[in-house]
Amino acid sequence: MDLGFPLFPEQASTMASRVDALFFFLVAVSVFFVALIFLAIFVFAVKYRRRAEDERPEPIEGKLWLEVAWSVIPFGLTMVMFVWGAIIFFDIYNPPDDALEISIVGRQWMWKAQHPTGQSEINELHVPLGQPVKLMMTSEDVIHDFYLPAFRVKQDVLPGRYTSVWFEATKAGVYQLFCAEYCGTQHSGMIGRVVALEPAQFEKWLSGGATGVSMIDQGASLFKRFGCETCHRAGGTNQGPSLAGLFGKTVKLQGGNTVTADENYIRESILDPRAKIVAGYQPIMPTFKGLVSEEGLLQLIAYIKSLNTAERKTS
Amino acid sequence: MNLSEIERREHYLNVNYGIRSWLFTTDHKRIAWLYLLSVTLFFFIGGLFATLMRIELMTPQGDLVQAETYNKLFTMHGVTMIFFFLVPSIPAVLGNFLVPMMIGARDLAFPRLNLASWYIFIIGGAFTLMAAAAGGVDTGWTFYTPYSSIYSNTHVVLTVVGVFITGFSSILTGLNFIVTIHKMRAPGMTWFRLPLFIWAHYATSIIFVLGTPVIAITLLLVGLERIFRLGIFDPALGGDPVLFQHLFWFYSHPAVYIMILPAMGVVSELIACFSRKRIFGYSVVAFASLGIAVIGFLVWGHHMFVSGQSVHAGMVFSFLSMVVAIPSAIKVFNWTATLYKGSISYDAPMLYALGFIGLFTIGGLTGLFLATLGINVHVHDTYFVVAHFHYIMVGGAVMGYLGGIHFWWPKMTGRTYPEIWARLAALIIFIGFNLTFFPQFVLGYLGMPRRYHVYPPEFQVLNVMSTAGASILAVGYLLPLLYLVWSLRYGAVAGANPWRARGLEWQTPSPPPTENFERTPIVTEGAYAYEKDPEEIYSLGKPAHV
Repeated sequence: MDLGFPLFPEQASTMASRVDALFFFLVAVSVFFVALIFLAIFVFAVKYRRRAEDERPEPIEGKLWLEVAWSVIPFGLTMVMFVWGAIIFFDIYNPPDDALEISIVGRQWMWKAQHPTGQSEINELHVPLGQPVKLMMTSEDVIHDFYLPAFRVKQDVLPGRYTSVWFEATKAGVYQLFCAEYCGTQHSGMIGRVVALEPAQFEKWLSGGATGVSMIDQGASLFKRFGCETCHRAGGTNQGPSLAGLFGKTVKLQGGNTVTADENYIRESILDPRAKIVAGYQPIMPTFKGLVSEEGLLQLIAYIKSLNTAERKTS
Repeated sequence: MNLSEIERREHYLNVNYGIRSWLFTTDHKRIAWLYLLSVTLFFFIGGLFATLMRIELMTPQGDLVQAETYNKLFTMHGVTMIFFFLVPSIPAVLGNFLVPMMIGARDLAFPRLNLASWYIFIIGGAFTLMAAAAGGVDTGWTFYTPYSSIYSNTHVVLTVVGVFITGFSSILTGLNFIVTIHKMRAPGMTWFRLPLFIWAHYATSIIFVLGTPVIAITLLLVGLERIFRLGIFDPALGGDPVLFQHLFWFYSHPAVYIMILPAMGVVSELIACFSRKRIFGYSVVAFASLGIAVIGFLVWGHHMFVSGQSVHAGMVFSFLSMVVAIPSAIKVFNWTATLYKGSISYDAPMLYALGFIGLFTIGGLTGLFLATLGINVHVHDTYFVVAHFHYIMVGGAVMGYLGGIHFWWPKMTGRTYPEIWARLAALIIFIGFNLTFFPQFVLGYLGMPRRYHVYPPEFQVLNVMSTAGASILAVGYLLPLLYLVWSLRYGAVAGANPWRARGLEWQTPSPPPTENFERTPIVTEGAYAYEKDPEEIYSLGKPAHV
């Protein structure tokens, strides 16, 4: 049946059918209870309609077993929803290790994307089929939200920190990208499209157009330009710790606390170096706030992450 | 014309006349009228904003208003409807009128404080209307930072000051109800003889008192960051934007229960009266109200599953949100069971009550979709959410409010409304409501985000359906305004107890005397003793005015 307009969204990611299966479970539970209540009201309202003005029905106090039954059964059903939904939720926010990482920067009112190989896009995102894609996202101004209905994923994009989400496209095509968090005047214009391509075509797309310098290389040249090397040399110096192998490690801080060196930690250390001082070092690093753009930060982080692989290769 | 029948006797409406006798009254029944007039005004202002939005959304492109205007419309719609209609509607109008009458008291515990609450409400409302007149505000009723505190160039401060001030009116009303219910019950009116309307208002008052200060301080912080650039929420100033969401929803989720609990109280009264039965599982329903009020404070994070809060926090909030759904489900089952072997009549208030149960059931079940983490990610901030909360707020709270207004209209005015018109209006509202909001569930699952001025063309058909429904709904809301005003003059004389109800408020003349009861009633039966004669549920004590 073709109505000329859709009633159900396309399924274009590995998550879509899983979310929809849970959705239909809830629809079934809801239809059952709505039918039960509506039917009961209808039957009672007809059967026990007032026939004489002075009717005085016998009072019924209530039944404990009924109260227990209609508390425990719905509770059991909601627990199924809870557990099933939590499992999917964990999977939506825990990307596989081999995910292709793409950087997203939102601003009023556009989406900017950069691929690891350096290609940048605006309000468009090309992704390969059959490959998990992880988005590392931040905002330059207010809160935005990266929403791909056909993939059933959504994540707020915050200023001042990174959030991430992942998906794996399963069907070639062009899909809607919406900003789902109200962000000001042109909020409804902050839309774009995601183009899911066969891997071969994706490679072709990557190699076509302006072949960029990879994000790692861009990060490396920023690292040089800002003089980071002076202190953060391989092997470390008295002024600063080595960054090789840093990413993902647990870092000991002054005062005995520890922190996991993730994207948000590195970002904070560049913009607000005195927030967390590594044990054994002096708070002498200047801030780079205002000197490095959101894109530049993501490139620097990509470079610092790459020092891990470099270290693994040498060891 | 039976004018003389009502006017022959002295009652709260004719005890004195003139504008001063109303603006300086401390009679809870007159203050209820002050609120009734004010919230009705706000309801139609908020409705006007909604009408303009629905007309704009008939086409995918932005053609009626500009983007900025559209953003102001949905913001002002939300602010007006939530803070100036839904929150005060049932408690401040029906609660004010009925809490003392139902417990056999002469007035609320603090009558002058009660009047002060209304003035505070009006001052807050004036600020917000001033903001609207000066050009409006475009942050959404949720005032999310750092958009509201730094980026928006609209009248944010004026609006939050209005909401801030109005909050104190809620706090004082809550305080007044709590003290009144504790200290002023008539002899024999034990806690478990109280009507469920009172239990619901008691639970609501707890939220008023505990929750409202949090929204007040939160909005104050937004104002401070906006004016003085204090770094509280904006990360560029060293703040945390997600902190705002935690503080905001800590009040605003319980506020949902402020709006629905009183409506549940009304529905309990209506179901009992129009099926002439005790509410099935009375004490379970009473405790369900308290359970909702308490657990309702622990679920705020379910508005933030995709905000970047930790997945483990998400799990806890999802679990608790499932738990808070159970007392509501219990209430629905108990109301339905009350109909069993009852003596059911289909007067307009009952139509609203049955409509409430149906729409609230749908609203509640779709709330489970949103509480389910895996589904929430997809439907968060889409029209699915818009549809869900309108089923609760409009299908639930407004239906309850209208049912209550019709039910107690004869008590408040001494006159009956035209029954045929009232049933017709209830039916029109039910149909118009479903046509407006059901398509929005479909739109939401399709992925249409909320707060969109322009939208992709494939969403148009469902939007046109929604707008068509809204125009039916508008007719449904205008009808009661017309016939209720008409009935003030031309309605038939109601008599003390036209519904043959058992509440104490019906055992005194309509309209009631200023002191409510000629002689203090001594209660001898629990609420809803429909198997007994009205005279058997209480006896007469001392004369009230000595």
